Amino acid sequence: MTDSTTRRGFFVGAIYGFFAAIAIALGLPALAYLLLPPKARKEEEWVEAGDVAKLSPNSPVELAFRRNRVDGWKVVSEKSTAWVVKQTGDRGDRIVAFGPQCTHLGCAYHWEEGQNEFLCPCHNSVFSIEGKVVSGPAVRPLDRYETRVDGARLLLGRLRQSTEPRG
Amino acid sequence: MKLTLSGIARWLDHRTGLQSAIRQFLYEEIPASSGWHQIFGSVAVFLFLTQAFTGALLAFNYAPTPGDSYNSLRYILTELTCGRLIRGLHHWGASMMIVVVVLHMVQVFLYGGYKKPREATWMAGVALLLLTLAYGLTGYLLPWDNRAYWGTVVTTQIAGQAPILGPYLQRLMGAGGGTVGVVTFARFYGLHVLLLPPATLLLIAAHVYLVRKHGVAPQPGDEARPKQQFYPRQVFRDAAAIFAAFAVLFVMAVAARVPLEQLADPTDTAYIPRPEWYFLFLFQTLKLFNGPLEVVGSVVLPGLAILTLILVPFIDRSRMVKVTRRTFAIAVVLLAAISWGGLTAAAVKSTPPVARELAVDYSAPTDWMQLSPEEMAGVAYFRQENCTSCHAIGDRGNQVGPDLTRISIHKDAAWMIQHFKRPAAMRPGSSMPPIQLGDAQLNALAAFLLKLTPANASALENAPDFATHGALVFNANQCGGCHKVNGSGASFGPALNGLSKRQSRSWVGEHFADPQKLVPDSMMPSYKLTVKDLNDLTGYLFALPE
Repeated sequence: MTDSTTRRGFFVGAIYGFFAAIAIALGLPALAYLLLPPKARKEEEWVEAGDVAKLSPNSPVELAFRRNRVDGWKVVSEKSTAWVVKQTGDRGDRIVAFGPQCTHLGCAYHWEEGQNEFLCPCHNSVFSIEGKVVSGPAVRPLDRYETRVDGARLLLGRLRQSTEPRG
Repeated sequence: MKLTLSGIARWLDHRTGLQSAIRQFLYEEIPASSGWHQIFGSVAVFLFLTQAFTGALLAFNYAPTPGDSYNSLRYILTELTCGRLIRGLHHWGASMMIVVVVLHMVQVFLYGGYKKPREATWMAGVALLLLTLAYGLTGYLLPWDNRAYWGTVVTTQIAGQAPILGPYLQRLMGAGGGTVGVVTFARFYGLHVLLLPPATLLLIAAHVYLVRKHGVAPQPGDEARPKQQFYPRQVFRDAAAIFAAFAVLFVMAVAARVPLEQLADPTDTAYIPRPEWYFLFLFQTLKLFNGPLEVVGSVVLPGLAILTLILVPFIDRSRMVKVTRRTFAIAVVLLAAISWGGLTAAAVKSTPPVARELAVDYSAPTDWMQLSPEEMAGVAYFRQENCTSCHAIGDRGNQVGPDLTRISIHKDAAWMIQHFKRPAAMRPGSSMPPIQLGDAQLNALAAFLLKLTPANASALENAPDFATHGALVFNANQCGGCHKVNGSGASFGPALNGLSKRQSRSWVGEHFADPQKLVPDSMMPSYKLTVKDLNDLTGYLFALPE
């Protein structure tokens, strides 16, 4: 009797063991396949956004340009915009280019000429000319493009999140 | 009330009857003669479920339209972690499923398991075999590479030969008039993922229901012996077989690379299509019949074979006898195996090997195609000099010397060439041996190394030998003195990118021997190249992007 119970125990244990091994060998690669980011392709190049000479100080302008974006297995050329400001300060002029989406939920915001602030119409987030949150539900300052000025041409690089805390 | 596992199970069983159902399934009584020979059905069901799983994973990153499907599959293979493994499992799983389904049928056939009252079980099984083949046929087109496209062209042409039904069958496949295009693709994809899977599930359910209804077919002598229970002994055998099958499948998916050829090119007249290995015998049968008789090999014979298979229970109406005394059945199986093997072997033998050798595997990154011929020759010297025995390339290779993809160690070409000649003179304390190559060769090596970054290190790994050797020949003969390749070289002669679209291989070979014979006012001198040099150079030039 004990002989047949141990044999039975071996069969049952082996059945669970076999299927557990298969589940792991299929499950782990499946998770890696679905959850890990794809290998990065070529670094994004700089795109020309416009002429800096046309900017007047402390008056943001929305500039439109085309850029290539890697979208899965495709590279799509799409129209994109940036809010560009020539900020004047003690240490000379500085060009800042903000990403066109509100950091709250991604709506398009705009510059309110009268109030001198960026306003997002979706949930009334308000940002200062430096991109800092003034009021509303947004918790993060506006995202900024890497910028480079070549002569009078404004070149934009990658869009980066500002790490500054709520100001 | 205490919450115990058995308490929960009892609660659930009261409401759903789940536990009793599983019990009933597992403690089914089976004949005493049951054993290892009856594992194939379970393995086939397991493989079907694995195919469904890996197929769904592929679908999550796959664009089901021609062109895009190819790009998305390349994305899966070259950019996603484990993508190659998942595709390998799906590809080899298909082959394995056909093997296992056929073995299952052979077992049932040898043991006479189709005899009264189990005729319907057998016929459902034949339908499942046909469904399995239909998966193979429709799935073959989905990568949309040359192999997929041309294989399907032949398939749809064969369908068109069917008497009376031909044109309708073709239109049903979305290939009216024999042209394979977007409609064909949509039909094949729809069949493969929408229609076939539920049909298979229903048929498997019916098949298993019938097996349970009639019980596992007994062997003579079973009446006198006590029955055994399905669980755990037979389930253990099934699980062990499933595990073994999966282990083989996994090893194949890891070790045997499934190639992806170039994007489907309907104008490629030189392409020689070959079907998947399990259809090769049909392909060979086709070649036995010519002219108006062709329809016999393409439609009539396969049709008769399927009909015979379905009617097996009605053809063999003899009483059940022991498997060892079913000599006629054994002879039929042997005869079928020999003719299948013979036809397949003949088909393999008639497949020209040349195209394989110089074929580019597009399932790997192909950034080597962007290198200039000089840099490409540098790759050849890099391999020849075994640089990776000391240097790391990114995270691969040994670590004695510095990682060559690090930009900080890249100096200018002149410095590097001096360093190659006398390593310690340029970098005191270096234990690197001098490289014994001429200036031109060292130049090429330096040109390549200066281009090397962690991102394009795969260019080095994936460049096929024929292409690096072809670039060596290109460089040695200074072809770049007149021709442009990938933007480098002079423009006295035509640029060589896209040559494969303009000329055939044989034209290029003849042109090297005597340019003026083919292009009267050409200023190109003639070249006497060895067969290998000519083949590799042409292969390299033909692989260049347009």
